[in-house]
Amino acid sequence: MTSTQATVATAPASAEAKTRRKKATSFDPNPAKAGWLTKLVIVFICLVWLLPTIGTFVTSFRTVDESNNTGWWTVLGGLGNLTLDNYKEAWTGAHFNTAYVNSFAIALPATFIPILIAAFAAYAFTFMEFRGRDALFLGIVAMLVVPNYVAIVPMLKIYASLGMNGTFPAVWLAHIGFGMSLAIYILRNYMATLPKTIIESAKIDGASHFQTFYRLVLPMSVPALASFAIFQFLWVWNDLLMALVFIGPGENEPVTIALTHLRGQLGQGWNLTTAGGFLSMLVPIAVFLALQRYFVRGMTAGAVKG
Amino acid sequence: MKIVSALLTVVGGIGAALAVYWVLNKIAELLPSRWEERIKPLFYILPAFIAVAVYLVYPAIQTVINSFQDSTSTTFVGLDNYKSLLSSHSFQQTLINTLLWIIIVPVVTVVMGLIVATLADRLKPGAEKLSKTLIFMPMAISMVGAATVWRFVYAANPAGQNQIGILNAIWTKFGADPVAWLQQSTFHLNSLLLMVVLLWAQVGFSMVLLSAAIKGVPADTLEAARIDGANERQTFFQVVIPQIKGTIITVFITVVIGVMKIFDIVYVLTNGNFNTNVVGNEFFNQLNTNFNNGAAAAIVVLLMLAVVPIMFYQVRHFRAEEANA
Repeated sequence: MTSTQATVATAPASAEAKTRRKKATSFDPNPAKAGWLTKLVIVFICLVWLLPTIGTFVTSFRTVDESNNTGWWTVLGGLGNLTLDNYKEAWTGAHFNTAYVNSFAIALPATFIPILIAAFAAYAFTFMEFRGRDALFLGIVAMLVVPNYVAIVPMLKIYASLGMNGTFPAVWLAHIGFGMSLAIYILRNYMATLPKTIIESAKIDGASHFQTFYRLVLPMSVPALASFAIFQFLWVWNDLLMALVFIGPGENEPVTIALTHLRGQLGQGWNLTTAGGFLSMLVPIAVFLALQRYFVRGMTAGAVKG
Repeated sequence: MKIVSALLTVVGGIGAALAVYWVLNKIAELLPSRWEERIKPLFYILPAFIAVAVYLVYPAIQTVINSFQDSTSTTFVGLDNYKSLLSSHSFQQTLINTLLWIIIVPVVTVVMGLIVATLADRLKPGAEKLSKTLIFMPMAISMVGAATVWRFVYAANPAGQNQIGILNAIWTKFGADPVAWLQQSTFHLNSLLLMVVLLWAQVGFSMVLLSAAIKGVPADTLEAARIDGANERQTFFQVVIPQIKGTIITVFITVVIGVMKIFDIVYVLTNGNFNTNVVGNEFFNQLNTNFNNGAAAAIVVLLMLAVVPIMFYQVRHFRAEEANA
């Protein structure tokens, strides 16, 4: 998942979807029932989708000898020697323990700070009047598709002169910059759907913009905040390029870089690579399964309904 | 120790961000109220604009300048970077490979997403949810993780030994010799196998969006078509597809943009060897292996040029939508 993926997903929304939903009078979730062929095809696709992951999972518990000499599917005929050693080795030997700390240290601020900044900006774009508002917002929309590769060479130079290369703030700030237009776009579109009357009555009651923002608009925008937060967190957690460029291998490296060290080094078995791979997936999969509803809702709300 | 220092950095960073707004708000409140109303919106959007300006606008300009300079960005060399890139055989291959990705992956992603969405839509709700979750899940994991999973699928042992990669295990079952899949550049087979990894990761995304759109198609239009004697296939192609066209375009463009910048999968699986190189990986190698800022910048400029039409589309689409709202 990349940021632009999410980017455009939210962008071209369709106004017709709104009218269409109103028109849908009788809603039948199962217009046509599945025949055996449909079921067979779906089961087949699901198996193909799952098989690589199952292979990884099984191998991560096997010994070096077994994983290098027999296929993982042979466990169907007998489990052989299963072990947790691979995880121990990856966790301490391959430094996944510090990499995990680093990944959190990178991903949490890189998720929270852009949301904070974008929420203020989205509030201003939605509820405040100022000159050039629409033009500025259009500029933000245009920035959605600029490839973030542009930032790498110039920022490396600036960071070098500030001595920031290899530090956490170097990546945070990069992710803040890259995630900003999407965040503003999602939040502003959501805030535009909030009832204007409530905000106006708060104003009449003497609430300042800051109070309105903090007490009313933020709590009402939780669904949009949550779906962007999940996007951004997964994106930062899974990012390899920005981490390689701005942090690089070493003591501050995140899980994605730690995993690349485990690939194809001689003398290393697949058992270790797969254990590392699985460790790297644990957090995103947990986040995804726990918050799937917000994730899907954010995506569909952005792309289909606008 | 590591945890403590990391935690302090995190708290410090978040605290600093909060402090910025607190200070800005205080400053605005100290001003006379006439000024406060004018200044506040600017204060609210200022940090966001600094972020975008520093990380996208300024670098974009700087990158264009760098692309006309030598490898260390010290002297201007005119169009040399572009000339040497575009005339080099390997970069032409890289462009062709990238083009293949751009053509194949979005189309297949949309088609497979449509197939799965349509079929799963007919299952019982529980089965539908389960199958969708399974197919969607790879989207949560990193490309590095996905590449690791698939490198194992493509793994090859010498002939005569047990195969541990499942693709070769199936292949050799039919009596054939094991194949080092990622080294087979005939007909770009290895590039196609790399694309499979991305498809695996992205079909779920396309499925979820398209499925929501399909469910949004008004039932009465379907009923009307069926009453008029349309069969399932006609209903699908002539009633459903036209109504979800907007979503199809959205998914398509989203995937195109993602594919243009594809890096991780190629970097991890082949690092561009065996004629699998793509623009994103070449950019990284020019930067980190060749230390050639000029060539790296020129590649990004080419990428930006390719994105410009999409940017116009985006802005136009947004305007049309605002006008409707």
